[in-house]
Amino acid sequence: MQFTIEVGRYSPDGTYAESAVPGAPFPAPWDRSPARRYQTYTVDLPEHAVVLDALIAIREYQDQSLAVRCACRSAICGSCAMWINGHSHLACKSKLSAFTKDGKTRVESPPSMPIIRDLVCDMKPFWDKHLAVKPWLQNKQPVPPPNEEYRVSNASMEELIQEVSCISCSACLMDCESFAVNPDFLGPQALAQAYRYAGDPRDAETKERLAEYSKPGGIWDCTHCYECVTQCPKGVAPLDQILKLRKMAVDAGFTNNAGTRHADAFAESVRESGRLNELTLMPKSVGFFNIVEQIKTLPSAFNLIRAGKLPPLIHKKIPGVNRIKTIFERVGGRFK
Amino acid sequence: MKVAFYPGCVSKGACPELYVSAKAIAEPLGLELKELTEAPCTGAGVLSEQNPQLGDALNGLTLAMAESEGADLMTICSTCQGVLSNHNYHLKQDKERMDRANATLADQGFQYGGTTKVKHLLWMLFEDIGIDRVTAAIKRKLTGLKIAPFYGCYILRPEESLGLKERPERKTYLERLIALLGAEPVEYRGATKCCGFPMLTFNREKALAMGGNHIVEAKEKGADLLVTPCPLCHLNLDGQQPDAARVLKKDIGVPIFHLPQLLGLAFGMDPSELRLDHHVVPTKGALEKVELKV
Repeated sequence: MQFTIEVGRYSPDGTYAESAVPGAPFPAPWDRSPARRYQTYTVDLPEHAVVLDALIAIREYQDQSLAVRCACRSAICGSCAMWINGHSHLACKSKLSAFTKDGKTRVESPPSMPIIRDLVCDMKPFWDKHLAVKPWLQNKQPVPPPNEEYRVSNASMEELIQEVSCISCSACLMDCESFAVNPDFLGPQALAQAYRYAGDPRDAETKERLAEYSKPGGIWDCTHCYECVTQCPKGVAPLDQILKLRKMAVDAGFTNNAGTRHADAFAESVRESGRLNELTLMPKSVGFFNIVEQIKTLPSAFNLIRAGKLPPLIHKKIPGVNRIKTIFERVGGRFK
Repeated sequence: MKVAFYPGCVSKGACPELYVSAKAIAEPLGLELKELTEAPCTGAGVLSEQNPQLGDALNGLTLAMAESEGADLMTICSTCQGVLSNHNYHLKQDKERMDRANATLADQGFQYGGTTKVKHLLWMLFEDIGIDRVTAAIKRKLTGLKIAPFYGCYILRPEESLGLKERPERKTYLERLIALLGAEPVEYRGATKCCGFPMLTFNREKALAMGGNHIVEAKEKGADLLVTPCPLCHLNLDGQQPDAARVLKKDIGVPIFHLPQLLGLAFGMDPSELRLDHHVVPTKGALEKVELKV
């Protein structure tokens, strides 16, 4: 079967084949790699072939200058994550036939990562974030005597199986919306690993971890878009782990942040009226005494008023609001 | 066709133009809207993340209200759709969660039996109302307009609870609708990305840059306007657009239409009837392309 592959090429010394044509595919401010050129190849492969088969075939038989990073070819090593048709995937796990669009498949290094050559991005931002969350157990004292182990329950480890499945391929970070605009964001992979250790009963530094992860760049800088859940090839569901960390952090008392204020204000509004009070949500989330941030929201507020989009000044309750109050009381917990 | 209509808080708050236009297009589409006036806010995921049991009970109540109407629940907000779908999926799958939610709702007049289908208007157009009926309602083709779709995360992800694994075509409805109404859909990466709204209160500048970048990309691909089925996206993309332009140091000026507004225009309604004059970013330029005034 014939497949057409359009490959994003980048050469640090600026040498390209004549057939490589310039392209400015994603002219976004977050494009962290220099302009690439796109070279089109045709390969003859069986119907079941994956994208990596095509790239290896090109490198072996057509153009040995093509740089590709890969190793296991079995979705285990995590080396071959790249952009395929504008989203991050493992090239070894992506069937060509499923990714052929308008007669071709486009592969390139993800623009949110720095690039080294062709399809090989620089993984430094990824590993820096990974290390920043201290992805190792910090021992509880006393340590077990020599030749003995820490004993933990099966149930507590089952809770962490999802995060342990991470193969550090970076597919989640490559498609992370928050990372795209905020290079300081720890990102989905690092935070999923953060939960893997914060949620481990053998770890002695959980509270210190939660304090650290609650700082700017941490759990509250995730935009909750579920891209990481969709792109992860191993079912780690990083966003779900970030949400668990948020709950752990709030329960541990790390509440002096806009994220917690936002949730509390949201809950109060729904509990008391059955619906969201948009008028008070923003100032309550920002914090009434955070004058600088309050002032920053003023121009937008004026724009909304001018367009006649100001929420009603007198916030109406829904009929039967007592039922909602009863639900809050019965469930209990923080929002009661 | 009778539907249990769940307008969501924002259409009754900061985006009244969405509520008005959704009501206006019901008749030409043959929809009988039975509004769930006593249904609570979904919690937008914010409440569920800190207290999943609360999310189950609040949304279980809404699902039970639709069930007692004997009709599918129709949303007009991607976020409402995502949260209701998510809780519906888990309540149906997990008997323990369902029993606990119903125990919380005991003697409040509603118990959820697990039969409600939650469907955004966008899905209903293709799956229930039908293309033929939509086509028959078109009185004014939007020929000449280039329209960029903007879905909103929660109508696309996570795929399991939204039923996108069984119905992957739901990821293409906006483009198909734009073409059906006679306009040209703009293909750009931002269509399925995040508008930044969930971060607006935590990290304002980054949230504005996020949404702004997508509009800039659409504009560079020739879009006259964006259309979205999510009023929260609308709040960030329209309501905050002047601020986003300041953060990005770029001139943007691309109007954002709600899905029912676009339908209403194609159904021959007057722009002011659809409250297209109540936007932060003026809709005038885009409307003039189809010889309309606001």
